[in-house]
Amino acid sequence: MATETTTSTSACVDASGGAIGMPQLCPDWFTNQIFWLVIALLAIFFVLSKIALPRIAAVLAERSGTISNDLASAEDLKRKAVEAEEAYNKALADARAEAQSIAAQTRAEIKADLDDAIAKADAEIAAKAAEGEAKIAEIRAGAMESVSEVAKDVAAEIVTALGQTADAKTVGDAVAARLKG
Amino acid sequence: MADATDSGVAFDFKPMDQFIVKPLGGSAGDPVSMLTITNATLWLGISVLAIIALFVLGTRGRAIIPSRTQSVAELAYGFVYKMIEDVTGKDAVKYFPYIFTLFVFILFSNFLALIPMSFSPTSQIAVTAVLGFSVFFVITAIGFIKNGVSFLSLFWVSSAPLALRPVLALIEVISYFVRPVSHSVRLAGNVLAGHAVLKVFATFAASVLVAPVAILGVVGIFALEILVSAIQAYVFTILTCVYLKDALHPHH
Amino acid sequence: MEGELAHIGAGIAALGTGLAAIGVGNVAGNFLAGALRNPSAAGGQTATLFIGIAFAEALGIFSFLVALLLMFAV
Repeated sequence: MATETTTSTSACVDASGGAIGMPQLCPDWFTNQIFWLVIALLAIFFVLSKIALPRIAAVLAERSGTISNDLASAEDLKRKAVEAEEAYNKALADARAEAQSIAAQTRAEIKADLDDAIAKADAEIAAKAAEGEAKIAEIRAGAMESVSEVAKDVAAEIVTALGQTADAKTVGDAVAARLKG
Repeated sequence: MADATDSGVAFDFKPMDQFIVKPLGGSAGDPVSMLTITNATLWLGISVLAIIALFVLGTRGRAIIPSRTQSVAELAYGFVYKMIEDVTGKDAVKYFPYIFTLFVFILFSNFLALIPMSFSPTSQIAVTAVLGFSVFFVITAIGFIKNGVSFLSLFWVSSAPLALRPVLALIEVISYFVRPVSHSVRLAGNVLAGHAVLKVFATFAASVLVAPVAILGVVGIFALEILVSAIQAYVFTILTCVYLKDALHPHH
Repeated sequence: MEGELAHIGAGIAALGTGLAAIGVGNVAGNFLAGALRNPSAAGGQTATLFIGIAFAEALGIFSFLVALLLMFAV
């Protein structure tokens, strides 16, 4: 560089190719830089907005779609598993309830039969007891009558044997009075 | 500027020479007209090609399970998209291609400028001023188109006491018009500072005595510059989003 | 003589970059302190952190620019 002898046409560069002042502030280069910068920015903007960004957005959307699809199908399978378990539990509960109802029904039937038989037996026993009691009362009534008759006869005989006479009515009243006692 | 040292090495500090624009294949000082293909044009073109390579060729497969380059492209897409959604709001998503263009251009220019002997477009005030002022004018236009005259309520802080409002309005107007300047100077200044410091450290490496320290310094500054390249692209983009939010929702 | 004064001015202007460093450190340090108190809220505030750092740093870059202008453009 130092060997160059050509005089610089720029006010910002000295004869040896070094910068005079800050190259950033050299007005000779502004238009060139700004022109190419605008070209570069436009190129980047069009390439990105027409090709790259829609593509990346599509890929990201597709991926999140795939992921959410997978998640949804996993959710679906999980829900099916839960449903199957619920159905199984329900069937189990149904069967248990049925068994219980059958047992209860059987128990009720047996109980009804039993109650029936007990009631019948009770009624029979009651009838028999009533019959027996009636017989006993009859016998007792019969016995009492016999006792008073015998007493009357004996009393009349005794009165006669003592040499007196007594009419039947008097003897009867006396015996009845004594028997009542 | 160059002084002979004891070791006989003359440090020839020329940290600014790397920013000279010259015709491709020509030498510094050759005339540059608007259409001349210069070193700046070359590196802008390389940026464009690199962006096309990553975002068009890299996503060519459209794979559900992405390849390595495709996942990098998707990462950048998701990063900027989420930034716009978070900072500006859902209604700003239609400006996504513009903001994404700014982001990838600055990111790729910054990173490609770290290649030795390359030219860094984002260190040029002309370049960053075009970026910053175009953002400023476009966003101001959007603000007036969307909100009409009520866009001016951006400068009238209705939550402040009435007496303070004119003062605040003045400050708000000034800070609004400083925005494009700071927006562009921040980017250019960061890149320019990093490259100038790299050059100064590299110049020190000419002396055997300090060369180890200088080379370590170059390595350290280079690592810092990689970080700064990414952060400045991020900051430029997020500030664009913040300014856009002010234009879309000026009422605070 | 004028050139030497410009160099001294550039040195003084360069102090501004160091002051901006204090500002950036303030922002980052306070962010870290807040993030350690409430780590769950820290993730949502990184954007604010970077915006704050950018604003603090921009002013440092301005003084760096002034230094450069004094060095090379005056």
